[in-house]
Amino acid sequence: MTRPRSRLLAASRIARILLSTQYAYMLEYRAEIALWALSGVLPLIMLGVWQGSGAARQLGWSAEHLQHYFVAAFVVRQFSVVWLIHVFEEDVLTGKLSPFLLQPLQPLWRYFAAHLAEQATRVPFVLLMLLGLAWINPDLLWRPTLAELGLGIAALWGAFLLRFLLQALTSMLCFWSERAAALDRLLVIPYLFLSGLVAPLDTFPPAIKAFALATPFPAMVDFPARILSGQSVNLSGGFFSLLIWCLLLGPLCWWSWVRGIRRYGAMGA
Amino acid sequence: MPPNTPMITARGLSKTFRVAEKQPGFQGTLRHLIRRRHRDVAAVSGVSFVIEAGEMVGFLGPNGAGKTTTLKMLSGLIHPTGGELSVAGFRPERRQRAFLEQITLVMGNKQQLIWDLPPLDSIRVNAAVYGIDAMETKRRISELADMLELGEELHRPVRKLSLGQRMKAELLASLLHRPRVLFLDEPTLGLDVTAQARVRDFLADYNRRFGATVLLTSHYMGDITALCERVLLIHQGQLFHDGELEALTSRLAPFRQVRLELQKAYPQAAFECYGTVESHQEHQVLLLVNRERLTETVAALLTRFPVVDLEVNDPPIEDLMRSLFSAAAVSDQA
Repeated sequence: MTRPRSRLLAASRIARILLSTQYAYMLEYRAEIALWALSGVLPLIMLGVWQGSGAARQLGWSAEHLQHYFVAAFVVRQFSVVWLIHVFEEDVLTGKLSPFLLQPLQPLWRYFAAHLAEQATRVPFVLLMLLGLAWINPDLLWRPTLAELGLGIAALWGAFLLRFLLQALTSMLCFWSERAAALDRLLVIPYLFLSGLVAPLDTFPPAIKAFALATPFPAMVDFPARILSGQSVNLSGGFFSLLIWCLLLGPLCWWSWVRGIRRYGAMGA
Repeated sequence: MPPNTPMITARGLSKTFRVAEKQPGFQGTLRHLIRRRHRDVAAVSGVSFVIEAGEMVGFLGPNGAGKTTTLKMLSGLIHPTGGELSVAGFRPERRQRAFLEQITLVMGNKQQLIWDLPPLDSIRVNAAVYGIDAMETKRRISELADMLELGEELHRPVRKLSLGQRMKAELLASLLHRPRVLFLDEPTLGLDVTAQARVRDFLADYNRRFGATVLLTSHYMGDITALCERVLLIHQGQLFHDGELEALTSRLAPFRQVRLELQKAYPQAAFECYGTVESHQEHQVLLLVNRERLTETVAALLTRFPVVDLEVNDPPIEDLMRSLFSAAAVSDQA
């Protein structure tokens, strides 16, 4: 009884200290993070495009729905950004991964903590941007119910975890290729179009929508954005999709880590 | 680990890297694009040695000899291509928690400390990762900081520390979990003479206090001569010597330096029957004398010449190593 409890306590201490240290580290780069936050305005640009075209209205989306969806997508995008492959590639190529491998903690946890810390650093900048939006047009913001907020945040974290696992899987290619990040750039295309970031999934032709829903991408933006913006959504289906994809990608990541690490040459270190 | 078991055992340890080969120029680029050629490079081949608990062993060799590759295999960073390896009773490449808790690898050219934060932040993370409680962490930091003469530097961002301060902080972070086996790869690289001496003193002290096993590579012979009685000399991936530093000196140089200071000057020819005259300046002569004939030669010199002072030394190990490696480089080119 005491052993699992002490393990849990040790794990929570590692998490607490790792997060606080990474947060302190990210604060050193606050200006850069503010610029990253500013660069994530694609959903707001798409809102302008869709509002102007009137195409969504023909599909039964009111102007208010459209606004709330894209603002929610903006928030989801801000807190599900994953940049693992870029640092991991550098760490593998330059041998910076070596000190992490010498400690009894799976190195991916450090990167995970760094992402969470970066999200925490981003919060004030995103809030400022939302206030800016409200100042320009108060109708752009709304007050979600407590249930929408709770479920929306859960879905958002699920979306982040899914994106992290997908990128962790592609990051493992760094053990085989020196330019694995290029593959991630290729994945940006289906992510942009199938996730609902550029266009809500309802605007897709039925066959394309069915195809999109069979991929993990809608769970990364469309699902949490719909919950947060108070639109009708298949909750159980969405969370089930998140769970299934995470359960599939998690073991795949582990499998490729075990094989990849054998190829690690610790070059430069 | 069973008692009386060596701390480190390597048998026939090998590591081969596969590297792509490309000829220079446009044609070479095209050929490389269409049909890639690879070559197997043996970084370490068939190296065997045993290191007992508490030993401090110097690991010598020129650049590219395979020292760092061997250390990486010993610490579990890379998988050996062949051979058997055991460190503290574990197979390093498995990187089991119990193994990682007993070792550390410090690299002079790499750092684990977070660049923009004070060393204490990285040290706190290490303490949590190794499961050292807060009180014990504080006690160990204070103990190691005393040994390393570190104080308020631990509160300054790493980027603001000097190279010597950074290396000492690195050592503190790497030794917080009190490892039993230390792999040190050029720990004094780039440090000034004072900082080098401090790091050496610290390592000797750590070894004495905790009975740690140390395998140390360094290009500064001072590190090796100050800390290690035994040395492993690796060259072109193979073990060239395993034994006392003195034995290595005898093997590399079967002669000793005899320095004479005389009451009056003699011509160089007068000394040539005793050995090789390395230098000759009026009252001072430097001779290289065969080790086996040293006693009789010194006695003969004392009898024949009015000697004011006489000194017998081993030639500097740096010179011996340099001549060994440059001779090997010449034979490689041939």
